[in-house]
Amino acid sequence: MVKKILKIEQLKTYFYTWAGIVKAVDGIEIDVNEGETLGLVGESGSGKSVTALSIISIVPSPGRIVEGKIIYKGENLLEKTEKDIQQIRGKEIGYIFQDPATSLNPVYNIADQLTEVIRRHQNVTKKEALEKAIELLSLVEIPDPEIKIWNYPHQLSGGMKQRIAVARALSCQPSLLLADEPTTNLDVTIQAQILQLMKSLKHKLGMSMILITHDMGVVADVADRITVLYAGRVCETADTRTIFFNPRHPYTKALLTAVPSLALRKEKLEVIPGTIPNLIEPPSGCRFHPRCEYAKPECSKEMPPLEEIEPGHFVACIRALEIEIKSPLGHR
Amino acid sequence: MGKENFLYVENLVKHFPIYSRGIFLRKSVGTVHAVDGISFSIDKGTTFGLVGESGCGKTTTARSILNLDSPTSGNIYLEGKEIGAIFKSKNKAEIQKLRRKIQYVFQNPYASLDPRMTVADIIMEPFMIHKHVPKQKWYDKLYELLGLVGLEEYHAERYPHEFSGGQRQRICIARALAVEPQLLVADEPVASLDVSVRAQILNLLQQLQQKLKITYLYISHDLSTVRHICHRVAVMYLGKFVEIAKTDELFNSPLHPYTQALLSSIPIPDPKTKRSRIILPGEIPSPINPPLGCRFNPRCTIKNKDLCTKTEPKLTDVGNGHWVACSEAHK
Repeated sequence: MVKKILKIEQLKTYFYTWAGIVKAVDGIEIDVNEGETLGLVGESGSGKSVTALSIISIVPSPGRIVEGKIIYKGENLLEKTEKDIQQIRGKEIGYIFQDPATSLNPVYNIADQLTEVIRRHQNVTKKEALEKAIELLSLVEIPDPEIKIWNYPHQLSGGMKQRIAVARALSCQPSLLLADEPTTNLDVTIQAQILQLMKSLKHKLGMSMILITHDMGVVADVADRITVLYAGRVCETADTRTIFFNPRHPYTKALLTAVPSLALRKEKLEVIPGTIPNLIEPPSGCRFHPRCEYAKPECSKEMPPLEEIEPGHFVACIRALEIEIKSPLGHR
Repeated sequence: MGKENFLYVENLVKHFPIYSRGIFLRKSVGTVHAVDGISFSIDKGTTFGLVGESGCGKTTTARSILNLDSPTSGNIYLEGKEIGAIFKSKNKAEIQKLRRKIQYVFQNPYASLDPRMTVADIIMEPFMIHKHVPKQKWYDKLYELLGLVGLEEYHAERYPHEFSGGQRQRICIARALAVEPQLLVADEPVASLDVSVRAQILNLLQQLQQKLKITYLYISHDLSTVRHICHRVAVMYLGKFVEIAKTDELFNSPLHPYTQALLSSIPIPDPKTKRSRIILPGEIPSPINPPLGCRFNPRCTIKNKDLCTKTEPKLTDVGNGHWVACSEAHK
């Protein structure tokens, strides 16, 4: 039996705006095994980032976690006080934000930003902290770390900044790393460098990781298991090969076919009709039904529960077993 | 490649000067070599792709063609006529005529639509400027354009904030089509859209090309969309072309080491393919002081120390319309 490092049950995070309640995350269930990489995939507005922010309790106002359990190493994080959470955030759970340009403070140099985290969580002197910070920079393969550590963020390129962000997240050797679109703003050759780095570091340090992305190519490369989100709900969770070769949820299939592929050139791309629903008044029943090609009248009545249709393969679709879904990549 | 092509860009150069700080003593201290002598041609009714990483000069190339930034040197021929001279001549009527032929779709549909104008105002403004549609037919033409890009008639009275990103990009395309252009420059039209919407816009662009026989200059850093939509592709690196070829040829047998690395670093959505990635060392050098010799040489894996750091390789034809600028590639 694999140990679960994180288990999220029925998490609901709502944003109370003047226009109404935005149900950004509405009953999400996720679990992460020890030492694995979970890919969290979905389009913008599907609740990927809010889920990650909820895990370390930094949901920005007017958002609030309404319901649910976030069980990390057997303890429910939502029952802890802010003081206890501070001991976990940054130390046990590291976080890499999407945009390295805005997640680093422009008025402090790299040394300040890295030693701040190290001194906060570890009982070390300033000098030791600085040595550790330089060590971290060489770990993330930054050339001349002794010189670069005195630089300010604006002196570094986007790829370098993201390496600093990775170094900061790893500074206290977290057991779980949350990486929120770590390569979205980077060029492809730099993206390849950063993904390679994260994969090798994860291996070296033996952490678990949640990788949030909208790029199916990135998860295919990095993730062990994948959870597909749509409009604040989980559509499907399974291991990477199953998601790609034997998807059972129509949305997963749609995501796979809508992406132009380098390997197969098609005359016309298959399109998911319509757009992502408004989360203030989400569609009744299954949230994907207005765009779903397999939808039936029943789909609009009840929210489909997440069911295990085969060991380790969870799908939230009432027609998961009747409909024939062909993966664009063919079957295993 | 020459003036007989629909669009022919010859030796286009665009340098931006950098000035030192100061009010009285503002002197030029260097130049950004954004685009440094590129030539290409596009046939009528086809799509030409321009790919490269950020900062390589893709957008500057496009802006220079439309004279949004006037080129430092070089000639641009549209249907055999040199258009740079027309832009320089300050002859307003002629320039306006030219603007009707070339239109631009910007990268970010959230920033390129005036939030205080309704969709009808936005799409009909070109009619007001160019006066190519009689006034009583404005609304007919508006509805025709909306239909063409897949929007409904009732959308005309709405404001941009009421639309999603994909719909906004449709409005931008409708606005560009309002003057019946022959060349549409699309600068990363799908980069800011979600994957499911991206496919819709790409399909729309293809349909429009078939229907209206428009020529596209398609700029993107996303090679998979380029493969899908383009007939010919040029790969840019630090203001220069490193390779030009027909799409399939470029993707199946890339010759330049940069193109090879670029192609191999795209994550493929298929867990079965475990490819050997070429991970390039380092990052793009600064275009203020581009490296001597071949601009790619500091990151190149196959470089010849003597040759590549000294002489700049020329773009040479290796057959079948495939051009490559590398002295080591075809050995």
